[in-house]
Amino acid sequence: MNVSYQWLRDYIDLTGIEAAELAEMMTRGGIEIDSVPSRNLGVTQVVAGLVKTKEKHPDADKLSVCTVDAGTGEDLQIVCGAPNVAAGLKVPVAVVGAELPGGLKIKRAKLRGVESQGMLCSAKELGINDKLLPKEQQEGLYILPADTQLGASILDVLALDDSILELDLTPNRSDCLSMLGVAYEASALTGRPLTLPEPAKELVPADERAADKIKVTIGNPELCAHYSARYIRGVKIGPSPLWMQNRLIAAGVRPISNIVDITNYVMLEYGQPLHAFDAAKVAGGAIDVRLAREGEVLVTLDGKERALEPHMLVIADAEKPIALAGVMGGLNSEVTDDTVDIVLESARFDGGSVRRTSRQLGLRSEASARFEKEVDPARVLEALDRAAVLIAKYAGGTVLDGAVEAGSASLEPVVVTIGLERINRFLGTQIPSLEVKTIWSRLGFPAVETAEAQWQVTVPSRRNGISRDVDLIEEVARLHGYDEIPTTPIEGPTTTGALTKPQAVRRELRKLLAGAGLYEAISYNVVSPARAALFPQLNGSAEGAKPIPLAMPMSEERSVLRTVLLPSLLEAAAYNQARKSNDVALFEIASVIHTAEETLTKLPTEKTRVALLLTGNRAAEAWNRKAEKVDFYDAKGILDSVFERFGLADRIGYSAAQPEHFHPGRTAELTLELAGGAVSIGYVGQLHPDLQREFDLGDTFVAELELAALYPEIDTAIKYRTLPRYPSVERDLAVVVGIETQGGALVAAIKEAVGELLESAGVFDVYTGERLGADKKSVALSTVYRHPERTLTDEEVTEAHNRVLTKLEQTFGAELRK
Amino acid sequence: MKERLEGLRVEALERLKEVSDPNALSELKVHYLGKKGQLTEILRGMGALSAEERPVIGQVANDVRGAIEAVIAEKQEAFDREETARRLRSETIDVTLPGKKRAEGLIHPLTKVTQEIEDVFLGMGYEIAEGPEVETDFFNFEALNLPKNHPARDMQDSFYLTDEILLRTHTSPVQIRAMRAANGRTPLKIICPGKVYRRDDDDATHSFMFHQIEGLVVGPNIRMSDLKGTLLQFVQAMYGKNTQIRLRPSFFPFTEPSAEVDVTCAQCGGSGCRMCKHTGWIEILGCGMVHPKVLEYGGYDPKEVTGFAFGMGVERIALLKYDIDDIRHFYNNDLRFLGQFARM
Repeated sequence: MNVSYQWLRDYIDLTGIEAAELAEMMTRGGIEIDSVPSRNLGVTQVVAGLVKTKEKHPDADKLSVCTVDAGTGEDLQIVCGAPNVAAGLKVPVAVVGAELPGGLKIKRAKLRGVESQGMLCSAKELGINDKLLPKEQQEGLYILPADTQLGASILDVLALDDSILELDLTPNRSDCLSMLGVAYEASALTGRPLTLPEPAKELVPADERAADKIKVTIGNPELCAHYSARYIRGVKIGPSPLWMQNRLIAAGVRPISNIVDITNYVMLEYGQPLHAFDAAKVAGGAIDVRLAREGEVLVTLDGKERALEPHMLVIADAEKPIALAGVMGGLNSEVTDDTVDIVLESARFDGGSVRRTSRQLGLRSEASARFEKEVDPARVLEALDRAAVLIAKYAGGTVLDGAVEAGSASLEPVVVTIGLERINRFLGTQIPSLEVKTIWSRLGFPAVETAEAQWQVTVPSRRNGISRDVDLIEEVARLHGYDEIPTTPIEGPTTTGALTKPQAVRRELRKLLAGAGLYEAISYNVVSPARAALFPQLNGSAEGAKPIPLAMPMSEERSVLRTVLLPSLLEAAAYNQARKSNDVALFEIASVIHTAEETLTKLPTEKTRVALLLTGNRAAEAWNRKAEKVDFYDAKGILDSVFERFGLADRIGYSAAQPEHFHPGRTAELTLELAGGAVSIGYVGQLHPDLQREFDLGDTFVAELELAALYPEIDTAIKYRTLPRYPSVERDLAVVVGIETQGGALVAAIKEAVGELLESAGVFDVYTGERLGADKKSVALSTVYRHPERTLTDEEVTEAHNRVLTKLEQTFGAELRK
Repeated sequence: MKERLEGLRVEALERLKEVSDPNALSELKVHYLGKKGQLTEILRGMGALSAEERPVIGQVANDVRGAIEAVIAEKQEAFDREETARRLRSETIDVTLPGKKRAEGLIHPLTKVTQEIEDVFLGMGYEIAEGPEVETDFFNFEALNLPKNHPARDMQDSFYLTDEILLRTHTSPVQIRAMRAANGRTPLKIICPGKVYRRDDDDATHSFMFHQIEGLVVGPNIRMSDLKGTLLQFVQAMYGKNTQIRLRPSFFPFTEPSAEVDVTCAQCGGSGCRMCKHTGWIEILGCGMVHPKVLEYGGYDPKEVTGFAFGMGVERIALLKYDIDDIRHFYNNDLRFLGQFARM
C-alpha cells in the first residue's frame, strides 16, 4: 500500500510531524514502512501555461515555435518538439531558471536559430511515473485540464509536494490497506483526533427507489455474506478531477474515467473494493451472486475469455455472468463512454474463494488482494454511499433512493476481557492503568472498566485479527513501545544444556573428518531421479524403496528426495575439478529419506548418514614433497580412526564386496558386530570406472555409512591399562601365499594360533613379483609377544611362533620365505 | 732414564705442536701413550731401578704423561669444535621456504555458525531438539496456528509430497514435537536447528533449501521482558558486549505479540554503513510470545504457562558475518569457498 502523506492529512492533522517522522513512528509501532520517497524528484519553477500560438519551426520539421502564457505577465517564445503540442492547450512550462529531475537546468537557448525561453514538459520529464497515464499523455506533453490556473506552480497542480509512505504490511494488518485504516493507526500513534467522511449525510434524497430498478439475490451466502448495490441515473462519463487523478497516481493506480476512478479512490480510502456495471447491460435488472455453471465463460475487462469453473463465484444477471466476484468485472457489463445509468456494487466476498479464483486465473488485482484478507463488514455500505456521493458530484447523475441489499453486515462484536495485572505480568512491565486506558481510547477501541484495572474491550470490525487477550496485549505493547519493555533474566529453576549422544557424535565426527583433511559439504536434499537411482545398495532400492517425488517440482533436477549422499559428493567433486581444484576431499553428514510405500501415507524414514569422497592427490605437491595419489587405504584409514575414536574398532569388519557402481575389486562392506550378529552399515571403496568416466573423475574413493546404527554402540569410556612391566619379544616373518589370500585373514589366523601371549600382529609389507609367480604374493608380518607377569623365555616364543607357521601353512598353504 | 723421559716430553710436545688433523693426533697419542708406546717402552726399564730411584722416576714419568695428555686433550677439543662448526655450516637450510603443512579440512561455514549459536544457547541451559525434514501438514501448519486457508499454506509456496505431507517450511514443527514430548514439563528450553524448504526461485538471496535455528522457552511465568533479555544475552555473546537489540512489532501466526529483531550493525557498530543500509541496524531474528493456541497444541494450558519463541536464518547470519555476496555459494561446495573459513 502506497500512502500519500498529503492525502492522509484529509483525516488527521499532522502539523509538526513530517512524513519521514510519521514513517518512523509507524515502523516502530508495527506498520513497517520501507521508504518514504518524495513525489517531487527535483522540479522547481515549473508552472502551468497556455500555448497561445504554434508555428512550424523554419529550419526543423519536427520542432514547433510556440507562444506561451505562463502567467508571468509577458508571453514566452518556446521551441517544442512534442508531437501533441497545439494552440489552446494548457501544459507544464519550465521557465528559464527552472530545474527538472536529473539536474537539467533550463536556460535561455537557441534551437536551430530560434530563441527558446523555456521548455514545455511531459509527465516523464517531471519525474511522474507515466506508465500510469493514458498513452496520449505518455507520448508528448502532459496536457493539463482547461480550468488549470495559469502561472500556478506545477507542484501544486500535480500535487508533487508530497511524500509516499510505502507500507510493507503483515497479514494481520490488512486494515491498513485503506487510507482510513492508516489514519486510525496514525491517530493511535500520535493521539490526534480523526476527521472522517460521513457520506450518508451527504446523500441527497431522490424520488425513485433503487429497489424498483434492480433486485439482488445471493445464491451462496457462505461465499458472500453481504451484497449492496446502488442505482445511479444519468451519469456523464469523462475524466475525474485532476486532484483525484493525482492521488490515484500517487497510490500507483491508473486513472481511467470518473466512474472507475471514483470506485478505485473509494477502495483506497475505505479498503472496500467497488464495481460499477452499466445498468443497461444488466439483463432483467437482476443481480445474482452464485457459483458459475458448467460451461459458462466470461470475457473479463482485460479482454481475455475465461472458462469458469463451478467453484468460482460470479455476479450474474438474469441471463449470464457479468463479473467474477471480487476478482474482475466482465466486458459485457463494462461502463463505457456511452453509459448513462450505473449499478454500483459493494459487497463482502469470502477471502478464500476470491484467492482461489484469482490464483487459478492468474488475475491478481488491488480488489482481490483486499478481499483475500477479508474486508471490514462495517464499511460495505459506507463505501457504497461514499462512492455514490462522489459520482453524483463528479459525474453528474442522480443517486436513487436506498441501497438494495442481500445478506447482512451484522457481525457479533468481538469483546475481550483483560486486566492490568495480566498485561504487566505477560510483558514484564509496570504500565500504569491510566496509560492502558489511554491506549484503548487512542486505538478507538471502546473499553468498559468492569472493575479496578479490568476492562471489557470491544474490538472494532476493522481490526479483524484481534480476538484474544494476547492480541490486546500486543496492542498495548506496541503503543507503549517495545523499547520500553525491560530486559530480564528468566526466573525459575536453572537448566543444564547438553548435547545428546548423537549430536555429540556428529560434532566429533565433523571435527575428526575435517582434521583428516576433508572439507564438509552441504548439498541439496532434493535431487534428480537419475541421481537418486545411483548406488542401489545404498539408496534403499535394494530393499524395495523408491525415491519420493515432490508433488509439484520446480525442475527435473530437483524433483525427488535424496536417497543416497554419494551422488551429491560426486557432483561436488566434478564441479571442483572443472574449476581446477583437482585434489578433492569432501564429506557430508545429512539425512537420506526412504519409504517402502507406493504413495506416502505416513512420514518416511529419515536416516542420518556420513559420506566421504577422496580423489586426486593426498597433499598438494610442494618443493619438498612429491604428489601422491590417494588410494583405497586413505579412505579406509580415515574410517579406522573414526571407529577408533568411537570405541568401535574391534567390532567393525571389512569384507570384500561388489555393490553396484563400485569397483568390484576395491570395495569393502562394513559390518558392525552386535549381540545378535553383524549388521551391514555401509561401504567403502573405489568408484566403478564407468561412473568415474560419467562424472569425468580420476580414481575416486568413497564411503557412505549409516550413523543411526552406530549411536547406541558407541563407547566413549576410557579405561587405563597398566603399562607393561616385562619386555616384549618381536618376531617378523614373511610368507608366500596365494594372491587371493587376504591380509586380514592372515592376522586373524595368527591371533588364533597364539592366543594370550600375542600382544599384536600386523602386515608391514606386501610384495608381488615375477620371481614369485603371478598367482603368489609375499606378505611380511610382524608379531609381538608379551606376558604380563614375567619375561618370556626364548623357548616359549619360538614354540608360539612355530604354531603360527604351522597354522598359516595349514590354512593358507603358506610357505615361509627364507 | 730421567733424561730419556725429559727428552720424550720435549720431542712429543714438539711434534704435537705440528699436528693439524685429528687422525695424526690419535696416531701420536698411540705412539707416545699407547700400550706399546714410547712412554711404556721407557718405563719398562723401571724394574732395574733402585727402590729410592723408583718413586722419583715414577713422578717424572707421571708429569711427562700428564703434560702430553693435556696437550692432546687441548688439541682434541680444538679439532672437535672445528668439526662441529663444519657440520653446522653444512646443515644450514633456507628457513624462508614454506613449511610442510598437514592436509587439513574444515567444517562448512553454515555448520560453523550453527555450532557457534548452539554453543551460546547450550551455555544458557538450552537443549538441542531435532525433528524430521518431511513433516505432516498438522505439525508444520495446523498446530502452529496456520489454519487451512492461510496464504502461507498454498501449494505454490511449499513442497508438498502428498496432500498431507510436505518438506517442512520451518523448524517450528520441532517445537510442537518437543512440547508434546515434554508432556507438560516446565521449564522447557530448546533450540531447533535444521534444514527447511520453500518454493522460492534460487537467486543471490533466496534458496529453496536453507537452514533455520529456532528457540522455544515455556514456563510458568515467561515474560516478554525475558525474551528481550535472552536475545540481548545471545547477540552480545555472538557479536560482542556492545551489541544492542531493537524490537519492532511484527506478525507471525504462531506468536502474539510478535517482533522483528534488529541488532547493532557489527560492521559499523551502529554508525551506519553499506551493510546496514546506513541505518545502524540489521534485522536478524523474528520472535514473539508463543500463541496460546500453539501452547495448547503442545499440550500446555495457556492459562498456566507462557512462552517465547524466536527464529533466525543461519544463511542470513553467515552472509552478514562473512560479507558473502551470494547464498548459492553455500551449496556449491566449491573448495575455493569452503577453504576460506579456517579461522576460529
